[in-house]
Amino acid sequence: MARLVLQRLALLIPTLLGLSVLLFLWVRALPGGPATALLGERATPEAVERINRLYGFDRPLLEQYVTWLGQLLQGNFGVSTRTARPVLDEFLARFPATIELTALALLIAVGVGIPLGYVAARYQGRFLDHTTVVVSLLGVTIPVFFLAFLLKWLFAVQAGWFPSAGRQSADMVATHPTGFYVLDGLLTREWDASWDALTHLVLPALALGSIPLAIIARITRASVIEVQNADYVRTARAKGLSASRLRRRVVLRNAMLPVSTTIGLQVGLLLSGAVLTETVFAFNGIGSFLANAVFNLDYAVLQGFILFIAVVYALVNLAVDVSYGLIDPRMRAR
Amino acid sequence: MTTDPAAQAALQDDVLGTSRSHQADDGPGDEGASIWRVAARRLRRNPGAIIGAVIVLVFVLVAVLAPVLAPYGPQALPGRSEIRPTFIPGPSSEYLLGLDRYGGDLLSKLIWGARASLVIGVLSTLLGLAGGALVGLLAGAFGGWVDTLTMRFVDLMLSVPSLLLAVSIAAVIGQSPVAVVVAIGVVQVPIFARLLRGTMLAQRGQDYVLAARSLGLSRRTVTMSHVLPNSLGPVIVQATLMLATAVIEAAALSFLGLGGGSPTTAEWGRMLTAAQNELEVAPRLALWPGALIAITALGFTLFGEALREALDPKTRTR
Repeated sequence: MARLVLQRLALLIPTLLGLSVLLFLWVRALPGGPATALLGERATPEAVERINRLYGFDRPLLEQYVTWLGQLLQGNFGVSTRTARPVLDEFLARFPATIELTALALLIAVGVGIPLGYVAARYQGRFLDHTTVVVSLLGVTIPVFFLAFLLKWLFAVQAGWFPSAGRQSADMVATHPTGFYVLDGLLTREWDASWDALTHLVLPALALGSIPLAIIARITRASVIEVQNADYVRTARAKGLSASRLRRRVVLRNAMLPVSTTIGLQVGLLLSGAVLTETVFAFNGIGSFLANAVFNLDYAVLQGFILFIAVVYALVNLAVDVSYGLIDPRMRAR
Repeated sequence: MTTDPAAQAALQDDVLGTSRSHQADDGPGDEGASIWRVAARRLRRNPGAIIGAVIVLVFVLVAVLAPVLAPYGPQALPGRSEIRPTFIPGPSSEYLLGLDRYGGDLLSKLIWGARASLVIGVLSTLLGLAGGALVGLLAGAFGGWVDTLTMRFVDLMLSVPSLLLAVSIAAVIGQSPVAVVVAIGVVQVPIFARLLRGTMLAQRGQDYVLAARSLGLSRRTVTMSHVLPNSLGPVIVQATLMLATAVIEAAALSFLGLGGGSPTTAEWGRMLTAAQNELEVAPRLALWPGALIAITALGFTLFGEALREALDPKTRTR
């Protein structure tokens, strides 16, 4: 088990190095070069030259890359041209918001998706099963941002049950020791602040969780159906295993293998979706900040954030592989 | 690998309830028929496939016939004088679905938007398919270090969430429809590359290839009439499913403003962005384009899933 983790961590290094090369070349491939990107298109040639010398853009490429990589390793990801704050600070200030959002979205997706898929498989071919299939098909084809829109219009604008934007009401006085607003309220015993933050999370998380929910339900259904009909299940039943024990110990456990992989794959989808959902709900996380960075051509932010997200994505996939080992004893032996 | 789309595709194989139910229909008449003829017959018997095909057909017809069908041009603002800050005229005999904030005819813009979606969707998928096929064939044909190198590169591209990759590519190229096409196309390259390489490798090791080879068939005949047709199925299925993704992602990128153009551009994603500010005055401005994106994506998905089942050799012979 430990060897698997170490092996995968070691594999992460060349991936990130490769990605850093791509990101490094990406900014240098921009029309006008990085200096123009920093200064804007109307920059004077003198200013461009000054910037080039200041940041070392006039040095050989390899030297530039090594210097840049060295800075990255020391946690220096450059400075946002829009906010004039270090990229790392901007990221850390917003990351808790996105984690809260994606965590709740994933919780909804797993909490509803797995039971839904399981129940559909048990009553295969009946009404409940058909409904699940249709719902999961719709879940995949409705664009996240449109669903976010619908939810906002129905439950925030029309019904007024939930707030339509932001992470917390503007008039809410609350301290934020961790940056996780829901958790902050619990820690400081400001229950109303915690509740307020949670109500702000519900609609965006529902929108964001819709596609993963649909996919998880589909995979669970397909997987349970396959396992139900497997020879070893028939054998276990013939041996006299009780129905409930059979379902819990044999069917569910074996059916969860592909599902756990799928859940891991959803994290990339969630991070992509966060860009759209956070934009619709004016939710101040890394997604909406990244979308703004695109328009302000804030390349330091784009480079840094994409690298961070790739690391998070890779670590989640590693965690999935580890969980695979926990569910399936055969994987542990290897 | 956990990030293998081919493996995931295989898992999703029988997620539509129809997959196992109609196999019995294909009786002994199947023998000798080409996989494509069998597939066509099975598609006709699958209600999901028919619904999907009808949606796709209507979508393509509307997109192609947009100049004939649309009452007004894509940029026309015929009802400009009727717009008030607090009032946007709804459906009327003159404007069947009403006007938008700028005085454009909503119906016309939706029809022209179908054309924009079709062009962007098809072009980007073709780009992704061509690029992916090139990379996949390169890896599959040469093997060795070429294979390792290209697949590492593919892994690298898959290590960034797709929309982020598309957004960053579009950001570099600049805000235009071309940027959207290139961004979505490039994101698809690693997916197609992996799929084609994987299926070709798997086919090469199959018993039937060995059998054909030992019967004295030339390597070229085996490749062209056995390996390639069997490897193409998954690619065609993936391309159909990718069209659904491309339509959604194109709308998402223009929703974020990466498609360029003015707020009056006749493009579904862009129309949704503009509708965001009118949510309380005229929600239909958001509902129509959003529903059309979803329905179009549904059509391609239904047809793609049905095609996957129809072409699946495992369900064909049983």
